[in-house]
Amino acid sequence: MKRQVPLVLCFLFGVATILTRFSPHPYSQFFYEEVNSWVLIITPFALVLATVTLIRAHVTRIRRRTEYWQYSFIVFAGLITMVAIGVPFGPQYPAFEWLFNNIQVPMDATMFSLLAFFIASAAYRAFRARSFEATLLLVTAIIVMLGNVPVGDLIWSETSSMKQWILNNPNLSARRGIILGVSLGVISQSIRIILGIERSYLGGGD
Amino acid sequence: MEIFGIWLAAFLTLCIYSFLYRDNPFYRFAEYLFIGISVGYYIVIYIHQGFIPFAWEPFWAAVKPFWPGIPREAGWIGLIKLIPIALGLLFFGGLSPRHTWLIRYPSAVLVGFGSGISIPLMLRTFIFEQTRGTVEPFAAINAGTLSPWGILEAILMLIGVACTLTYFFFSVEHRGPVKWLSKVGIAFLMIGFGAAFGNTVMGRVALLIQRIDFLLNDWIGMIMDWLGSIF
Amino acid sequence: MLDKLMNIDRRIVFILVALAVIIPTKLSVNLPISVSEPTQQLYDYIDNLEADSTIMIAFNYGPAGLPELHPMGRAVLKQCFDKDVRVIGVTLAPDAPTLANTLMEEIAQESGAMAGEDYVFLGYRPGGALVMLGMGTSIAGVFENDYNGTALAEIPIMENITNYDQISLLVDFASGSTTEQWINYANTQYNLQIASGVTGVIIAQMYPFLQTGQLVGLIAGISGAAEYERLIDAPAKGMKWINIESFVHLLIVGLVILGNIAFFIRNRQEE
Repeated sequence: MKRQVPLVLCFLFGVATILTRFSPHPYSQFFYEEVNSWVLIITPFALVLATVTLIRAHVTRIRRRTEYWQYSFIVFAGLITMVAIGVPFGPQYPAFEWLFNNIQVPMDATMFSLLAFFIASAAYRAFRARSFEATLLLVTAIIVMLGNVPVGDLIWSETSSMKQWILNNPNLSARRGIILGVSLGVISQSIRIILGIERSYLGGGD
Repeated sequence: MEIFGIWLAAFLTLCIYSFLYRDNPFYRFAEYLFIGISVGYYIVIYIHQGFIPFAWEPFWAAVKPFWPGIPREAGWIGLIKLIPIALGLLFFGGLSPRHTWLIRYPSAVLVGFGSGISIPLMLRTFIFEQTRGTVEPFAAINAGTLSPWGILEAILMLIGVACTLTYFFFSVEHRGPVKWLSKVGIAFLMIGFGAAFGNTVMGRVALLIQRIDFLLNDWIGMIMDWLGSIF
Repeated sequence: MLDKLMNIDRRIVFILVALAVIIPTKLSVNLPISVSEPTQQLYDYIDNLEADSTIMIAFNYGPAGLPELHPMGRAVLKQCFDKDVRVIGVTLAPDAPTLANTLMEEIAQESGAMAGEDYVFLGYRPGGALVMLGMGTSIAGVFENDYNGTALAEIPIMENITNYDQISLLVDFASGSTTEQWINYANTQYNLQIASGVTGVIIAQMYPFLQTGQLVGLIAGISGAAEYERLIDAPAKGMKWINIESFVHLLIVGLVILGNIAFFIRNRQEE
């Protein structure tokens, strides 16, 4: 009941879905469309867990008085404010949009922009031509960095063309190798899941 | 309100940048506020744009014909939508350690359907099409429509793809010719990663430029305008 | 001296980076911008669409992708509205609806496009690939209403649109892996033509799809946005920022070279 039924469900839905892809029969298409709409209905429920997990984590922090536990109140203040305005009035309510535009947008963008500083610092400290492979990586990065900006062509008129050639040729080959390798891995993993060999999605326990 | 918004955004931006000096209470305040506000935003969007249209409306459409006082236009067939809703509700089992196993039912349907749909599509999109892209230039070589430079690029591409795949092929020990092929594969991978790094730098710097543009032009610009209007 | 140079306080590097942005921001530099082939391909594809064609734009990015993807979104929307190409906006990113809706309204207002007739924003639905697949059968099956809550049946632009068969092109503005998903679930499954505008982080992985024609065009990061602005002859943030970007890239390249020179000198001394 706890493990066998989900495995059977997974097998049935997996095999049936594959079969629908090879059959244009109206029944087959009806099944596919119906199941797709089922899965769309199930998805939002999964998001409940993610939210509850986060709330639980911060409640635990406050209860246990872990380091910086006071800041968890700020998490709840932000969360409750957004929910209190957004749930009854909708996401297009001006106050909700104002909070999003003036708090979430600048902070999200700024958080990620910090990486510009760290990349520059790391490039200076760790980006070394220690071996042939590292040199290839370094030289390519420099060409692409310069080829991406207008000043690159002022230094040497072929910089952007060279960047484009790198992206179109050796980069493409490497990426294609990765795509082929990863896809074969995903396909074999999917087959293992349908056949019940790979069961990690069931989690632990009996 | 707009002016206050710019001040607030500027204050929070500076709070986060203060981390560049070292970790401090201003940064932590902004960090935790960001988590709270964004999770709150997600909850609202999920409810209004996900839960209501995908779960509540199908539920209501299914049970409406059986509601007292409403004429039964749709038949029992509408109730079929209660099955995925019931499956979705099983996710709430995750809230109690004793009932966590209930999550396996909706997960099995999601994973089964997802795997079933992706096997044939991934084969076509990522295996067949990408293989076609690799060998197709050779048809052009055969037809005599490819320039010498194009021929060189086609051969280079084939070598690159084959060697990169060899590097990821662990079923054979990397010795002798296989070792050399995989070494060539590493060289291609390094060029690929170098290109990715160069582009990533561009992306992150663009974010920084946007924030500084905001601070200098929107915020300080606004202050300057205000000072200009006084003096 | 060499050790000092190699172990310089990282905050000095931070200050240099900040200055490399602040000074050109105030100088307003204008360097010539050349257009790359993938950007040109997308521009030409949209330019060759007949008036009253419908394209779909997927705004799959949150605030962290905004500086790179908003300028290109702005440019593509402007081109579409100027050419009378209708636009259906959607998003699969939960933090995108407010940004995408505001952007579409803003550009529509600038271009004189009418809501519901020239464009519509359908909003967000969770499920990613499932939403892509669902729209292939019926867009109204996934989005019963638009973002404002109007039923799709009441929106003029949606009158003759059932699924991807009536959509000439999908442009995915992505800060994640959605473009590959669109290719997999909408191009392979439903023959929908796909183009994309992506953040710097994922540019390199798009090239295999360009070569096979699974992508009909690509706007690559902020440099692609600047190129697109040049193509539609409407300089905006993209062109402004890519010029500033030049100075930061020069600084980083300079730092890498300096770091390597110090590294080689020390290696030689140790030998």
